[in-house]
Amino acid sequence: MSALGATSGEAAAVETATPPPPRGLNRTIRGTQAVAGWLFVAPAAVILVVFLVVPIVLALFVSFTDWSGLTNPLTGGAHWVGLDNYKSLLTEPGLTQSGFMTSLRNNFYYVLFVVPAQTALALGLAVLVNNRFLRGKGFFRTAFYFPSVTSSIAITLVFMFLFNPSGVVNVLLSKVGLHGPNWLIDENGLFQVVAGAFGVHSTPGWAQHQVLGLSLWDWLSGPSIGMCVLIIMVTWTTSGSFMLMFLAALQGISEDLDEAAAIDGANAWKRFWHITLPMLRPTLVLVITLGLIGTWQVFDQVYLLGPNNPTIPTPAYYSYRESFANFHFGVGAAVAFLLFLLIVVLTVIQRRLLPEDIQS
Amino acid sequence: MIRSTTPGRRATGYLLLVIFALIFIGPFLIELMTSFKSDPDATAHPLALLPNPLDLGAWKRIFGMTSDSSVPILTWLGNSTLVAVCITGGRVFLDSLAGYALARMDFPGRRVVFAGVLGTLAVPSVVLLIPRFLVLKELGIFDTYQGMIIPIAVDATGIFLMRQFFLAVPASVEEAARLDGAGPFRIYWSVVLPLVRPGLITLTILSFQGSWNEFSYFLVSTSSPSHFTLTTGLAQLTSGSLGKGNQYPLFMGAALITTIPVAVLFFLFQKRLTRGQLDGSVKG
Repeated sequence: MSALGATSGEAAAVETATPPPPRGLNRTIRGTQAVAGWLFVAPAAVILVVFLVVPIVLALFVSFTDWSGLTNPLTGGAHWVGLDNYKSLLTEPGLTQSGFMTSLRNNFYYVLFVVPAQTALALGLAVLVNNRFLRGKGFFRTAFYFPSVTSSIAITLVFMFLFNPSGVVNVLLSKVGLHGPNWLIDENGLFQVVAGAFGVHSTPGWAQHQVLGLSLWDWLSGPSIGMCVLIIMVTWTTSGSFMLMFLAALQGISEDLDEAAAIDGANAWKRFWHITLPMLRPTLVLVITLGLIGTWQVFDQVYLLGPNNPTIPTPAYYSYRESFANFHFGVGAAVAFLLFLLIVVLTVIQRRLLPEDIQS
Repeated sequence: MIRSTTPGRRATGYLLLVIFALIFIGPFLIELMTSFKSDPDATAHPLALLPNPLDLGAWKRIFGMTSDSSVPILTWLGNSTLVAVCITGGRVFLDSLAGYALARMDFPGRRVVFAGVLGTLAVPSVVLLIPRFLVLKELGIFDTYQGMIIPIAVDATGIFLMRQFFLAVPASVEEAARLDGAGPFRIYWSVVLPLVRPGLITLTILSFQGSWNEFSYFLVSTSSPSHFTLTTGLAQLTSGSLGKGNQYPLFMGAALITTIPVAVLFFLFQKRLTRGQLDGSVKG
């Protein structure tokens, strides 16, 4: 029925996988299996090698060149520039550095807000849907999960409509007497807006100090209003799929302990905090790390929203734009590798934190 | 069932569920209703659910019933369908073939191949944009249907998923067939494959959903408008038109067309899809 169940059957299957074949047949079966085995994996292996492994090696090469994308980089169409691309991104002041650092800043605040928000919302929805005294759970679970399976481009289009200056959101805000901003193109940082409310309107002297191509004021801006739309949209889209993971884990928790605590007089909040949550720890770690890995890769939505608001582009989009719009494929490839490195580190951390046999 | 609940509590629970359901379904309702509005109506009354007047202009343009062919959504729909069907077919066949070999066949290098497949799971697709463009150029299949399909007609997640399903099939089934003189491909095709039907269905749905919604790969593997899919076409349509506030009904209709096929699959195979999503991510 499910692959999850299949894992537990794995041990049994492996034991019975190679029973001693009758003597004499042994060699021919092994020979046939060796040839057939390779024939079976060959198509998949060839495609993965040609379109995944080889490209990565080629791109690593390109990240050390000044390839423009128009010539053939393998036959002398690109010049070896050593670490120049990496230097211009990381250490040399200039447009490239400030562009890349801005994209890192944008993505950092995006991660900082999306990961806690989607984790909390997913957990909340799971607890709500898991309540055994409520009916119609199937409907609600479907409703919450549905955005996760739809096209990110289509969803971004819908949100562009919802958040346009005279869109649904601003109409709703005006009903309670608020004047909504022009969300998508608003570059003001959330923290700066809050500081403004406390009377800090111009950049303080200490914040004009330049660090890695951006002023401290820019580093500390918080997500822009435009970025907040992206944060809200992605949280809304992905919470449903993480909710499913929490639901699966919740259903695996025995109710005995909870009931015993209830008899001892612990209220619902205490039971959730001291009994349910500790038992959800592995799932919580999984959801947070998957969230961290996923949020550093955001691209589709940024492709639509980024061109009109410099506070939205992320490294993935910056890499794309440097390559395909500005023809600096070397720089773009270098960004891709820095991003790859970051994601590999996050993946390694995830595998360390998670027990091998997680069966949430 | 010693615990009971107060009616007040239950009401709060339902209230919360309904509020969240509105937040999650609301945007889709607005998307649907706006597609039947006129341009001025959509801009002036974005929140009004009922179109006033009812305007089929957007849908007429989508289905090519007007002389204006500037937005060939039917062509994009055709491309999306063609590409998604081919990729899904490729993944279901090739992933299961490889998954079977990795689960059940004893061949030299199996461990290395399996480790390689696991390794590619960690490679994020955004990192592959430039590299894949490079290889498509080198092979001369940039901006072709082959180039859109073949490189993503195999995926590591699918191989892994199928391997898990094959591992659960009892080995005695194959032994019996082998003693009857069946060759490896015949055993795979007519004996084992029918036993992992649930896995094949899961993989079909996930592959179709993934390739139908795919955007970034098609963006870098094509350049001519004749190869636009719904996702790349829509992105092209909207880029630069932000804030002009017109054509929203058309955009919403086109977004809806993009949403519907996956929605239908979703409602038909809801259980399997939610299950497969879990498997893929937990294992990944």
